[in-house]
Amino acid sequence: MNLRPEPLAYELSAPGRCGAALPEPDVPETALPEGLLRDDLPLPEIDELTAVRHFTRLSQKNYSIDTEFYPLGSCTMKYNPKANEAAASLPGWRTTHPLAGAEFSQGALELMYRLQAMLVEIGGFKAASLQPAAGAHGELAGVLMIRKWHRDRGDLKRVKMLIPDSAHGTNPATCSMVGFETVTIPSDADGGVDLAALAAALDDTVAGIMITNPSTLGLFERNIEKIAKLVHDAGGLVYGDGANLNAITGIFRPGDAGIDVMHFNLHKTFSTPHGGGGPGSGMVAAGERLADYLPGPIAVKKDGRFDMAMPKAGIGRLKAFHGNFGVLVRAYTYIRMLGAPGLRRLAETAVLNANYLKAKVEKVYPLKYGRGCMHEFVAMGNFVEGVHTLDIAKRLIDYGFHPPTIYFPLIVPEALMIEPTETETRETLDAFADALLKIAEEARTEPELLHSAPHVTPVGRLDEVAAARCPILCYRG
Amino acid sequence: MPFIPNTDSDRSRMLAVIGKPSVESLFGDIPEKLRYPELDLPPALSEMEILREIEALAAKNLSSSTCAWFLGAGAYNHFIPSLVPAIASRGEFLSAYTPYQPEVSQGTLQAIFEYQSMAGSLFGVEAMNASHYDGATALAEAVLMAARNAPGRETVVLPAALHPEYKEVIRTYLEPLDVKIREYAGTPAAAAASLDPSAACLVAAYPDFEGRVHDLSGVADAVHAAGALLVVHADPILLGLFKSPGELGADIVTAEGQALGNAMNYGGPFLGMMGAASKYVRKMPGRIAGQASDAEGRRGFVLTLSAREQHIRREKALSNICSNQGLVMLQACIYLATLGKNGLRKVAELCWHKAHYAAAEIAKLPGFSVTKDIFFKEFLVKTPVPAQSIYDKLSRRCVVPGLPLSRYWPDRTHELLVCVTEMNTKEQIDLLAASLKEASK
Amino acid sequence: MKIDAAARYRSSHEWARKEGSLIVTGISDHAQESLGDIVFVEFPEVGKTLKQGETFGVIESVKAASDLYMPMGGKIAAVNEALGGDPSAVNKDCYGAGWLIKFEPTNPSEWDGLLSAGDYEKEAAAH
Repeated sequence: MNLRPEPLAYELSAPGRCGAALPEPDVPETALPEGLLRDDLPLPEIDELTAVRHFTRLSQKNYSIDTEFYPLGSCTMKYNPKANEAAASLPGWRTTHPLAGAEFSQGALELMYRLQAMLVEIGGFKAASLQPAAGAHGELAGVLMIRKWHRDRGDLKRVKMLIPDSAHGTNPATCSMVGFETVTIPSDADGGVDLAALAAALDDTVAGIMITNPSTLGLFERNIEKIAKLVHDAGGLVYGDGANLNAITGIFRPGDAGIDVMHFNLHKTFSTPHGGGGPGSGMVAAGERLADYLPGPIAVKKDGRFDMAMPKAGIGRLKAFHGNFGVLVRAYTYIRMLGAPGLRRLAETAVLNANYLKAKVEKVYPLKYGRGCMHEFVAMGNFVEGVHTLDIAKRLIDYGFHPPTIYFPLIVPEALMIEPTETETRETLDAFADALLKIAEEARTEPELLHSAPHVTPVGRLDEVAAARCPILCYRG
Repeated sequence: MPFIPNTDSDRSRMLAVIGKPSVESLFGDIPEKLRYPELDLPPALSEMEILREIEALAAKNLSSSTCAWFLGAGAYNHFIPSLVPAIASRGEFLSAYTPYQPEVSQGTLQAIFEYQSMAGSLFGVEAMNASHYDGATALAEAVLMAARNAPGRETVVLPAALHPEYKEVIRTYLEPLDVKIREYAGTPAAAAASLDPSAACLVAAYPDFEGRVHDLSGVADAVHAAGALLVVHADPILLGLFKSPGELGADIVTAEGQALGNAMNYGGPFLGMMGAASKYVRKMPGRIAGQASDAEGRRGFVLTLSAREQHIRREKALSNICSNQGLVMLQACIYLATLGKNGLRKVAELCWHKAHYAAAEIAKLPGFSVTKDIFFKEFLVKTPVPAQSIYDKLSRRCVVPGLPLSRYWPDRTHELLVCVTEMNTKEQIDLLAASLKEASK
Repeated sequence: MKIDAAARYRSSHEWARKEGSLIVTGISDHAQESLGDIVFVEFPEVGKTLKQGETFGVIESVKAASDLYMPMGGKIAAVNEALGGDPSAVNKDCYGAGWLIKFEPTNPSEWDGLLSAGDYEKEAAAH
């Protein structure tokens, strides 16, 4: 990791420099429209090598999967095969225009058509749309579809969405975007949806339920079929949050259990890089009830030719053009390299790795829910007075590991949510478990080491309170 | 399998530690009759086989690198300096997550801060966020933000000449809410002068979908006098030359930022840029980085103002967005730093000169006429024969002449939206003119 | 947990105190402690009339945000502008310098329905 302070590009600027050479106009010049022009363009002026060093040095201030184990729960930080990148950066994709027309985009359309079909098969659905640009965008699609389905049947009073208390914050935020009221359903003692509470909440004002399975506790919802039936019997629909699909590819298909619509995070399960925050892809797939309600356009095949079409009762467009195509190429490449047996091996190994890590640390890091986990597990970091999960997380950095997700889900105090993924070796898991156990020891003997961690990074813990009180959001010269 | 490393012997050793007899026994919570479905998927391929297949698919698309390319309409063929993808594809950027642990994410966080700074300079506003999915969703969120800012004002006013797909996206986002959309046909200035008290915001496209660059001076004052907000959706390359929306008084700015160092990629991933005057920053959705310092006074960067966001506010969040277009934003950041003050202006000037040369050449052709409005790099051409037939004929010969407007408006059969950038040589422009002439015979 | 014995309370952790004909309101010590360092307070417009239980603003820390509710209905007479630059007074002195708003009560009898200091203390301690 690069520990040296790195100036901002603005601070490296010197008048007259430029990092890119551009040609002189090869056409006669046309007078510029004087009154409409800006006087000043305050951007940095730096040469090419300075730019290369600057951004390379910045990259060296990141932990990443390519450099460290990154067991961030709920984020599925698996290795992204380099073949995905090679496939996505082919000139034939990069230089293809979204409005070139079907005749001139047959390769892109065929790839999308095939990917839709593969994802439908993996999830047990009927049709899919690759439009949504991220998981939250897919949720928006799904909730809009559920809303429109009810409204098209003249059922205008269904304005409530049920959401388990372990859900991601995007679930309730999405409901607010479509004007739905959210009703929180508590978890039972086993970490599943409390069926009695669910039954009590169901009436003719409920549009549906949003359910994450496996849940954010890393537990498979054993009553998934019962939940779907209860909701369907009450006239509602079931949304599946596919954030945790990595535990079940080739092992369980959500569509088979009665999920009506689900988003897939291609950037998690299907190994497209997270890119420091995006781009993702949150394609949605739907079963019988909602297949016609998908956002569009979607890829279709007619008389051997590929084209785009809008689903007939669809909710419309969610972004310009055809989804995050570059991400789709990566996911397609990955699925083709695995095939059906590989997808099953993927989920099996993800779950095996999580259970292995859990077994190695659970005697020291207590669990709120003890049953066997799926691809991740949630431990607690409050076993020594005065030491918090945050301290453990920061100390892990000193051992060369990215910390797990912390303080989520909200229903587990001092949560440490650990997801190793299938791409790590047993040796890496052993080293991580050893570090966790060593840190637990340090928490008792030398807590100051934890409180002052991390010690090996370019900056220590930053004052987020001061940053939010008086925000500095851009360079001010 | 190269990226699922644990072997069967690793599995046995791990199962012994877990105390379970088999991998299958880890899945006992899944209803038995639904376990292990047969998946009908094509057989697995090795890396060399899949790359061969994908290369064949990629070759079946028309490419701007081998054609004379004059099609824009929301996705643009601009120059990308080689260092941009070379650096952005470093694994440390590519395979990092959202920077929730700032001590080990300073690379990503400083890049966001630098992007916010440079994009803010370009747009003339202090507060930019770390990006949205694309220009269309950024504009939809901006419109929602304006509507939230003025409860009781239920109309948003959009230009009729806004990208048709953006209008569709805004309709999708607004459909469930009590917000009405009204469109205006003339200039933003005329629309601003006739705003009624129901308007929450006026959106100005800079330029509009047909390429016109409207003079926005005075528009902000009129919009503010009517108690509404001014949202300006701009082409970031145009801003290398033209007055910034901030300087013109815009309250919220949005853009499609693909043109800043990102390839066309069949339409995605793109870059939704969004910013606002600083007094609205706490009302703006999306991830934002801010400057901070540690106990030793060292400068660092953090994600800040998070109380606006879904992971804290849940159903009361400003939006459900929880990602940004990290890598695409990074490419824009490297692009802006590399071209800088002089380079971006030069790119914009090249677009201006080449587009105006092309327009003049096309205007000379019999039966063709070209817009008289002020334009930047894209302009409307009236064609003597249906524009779609010209498009099909020319594209098959690798001269992609622009967007036939009939694609979006079936009755506008004889209009072609032509885009010229710094990538088009004089030779290509002359070829376009000659080809148009021939195709219209 | 510090309690201002002269104030009355709402279960949502706002306190109210009489100040001449006005009511002054802030958040309790229990609330400031569970929110953590306050970074921002969103205030209502002065002159606005709100009902009892209606939201008058939002208070934010780095990790949490919470709506603020009117302990009684009333017309906003003043907001604590000093918190705009530095809201840390809410943490340091929530019953004094960290007050949030003052309002003219619409219906002074609503005062009687608020929790006494003792009852609030018991309720907050139970959480």
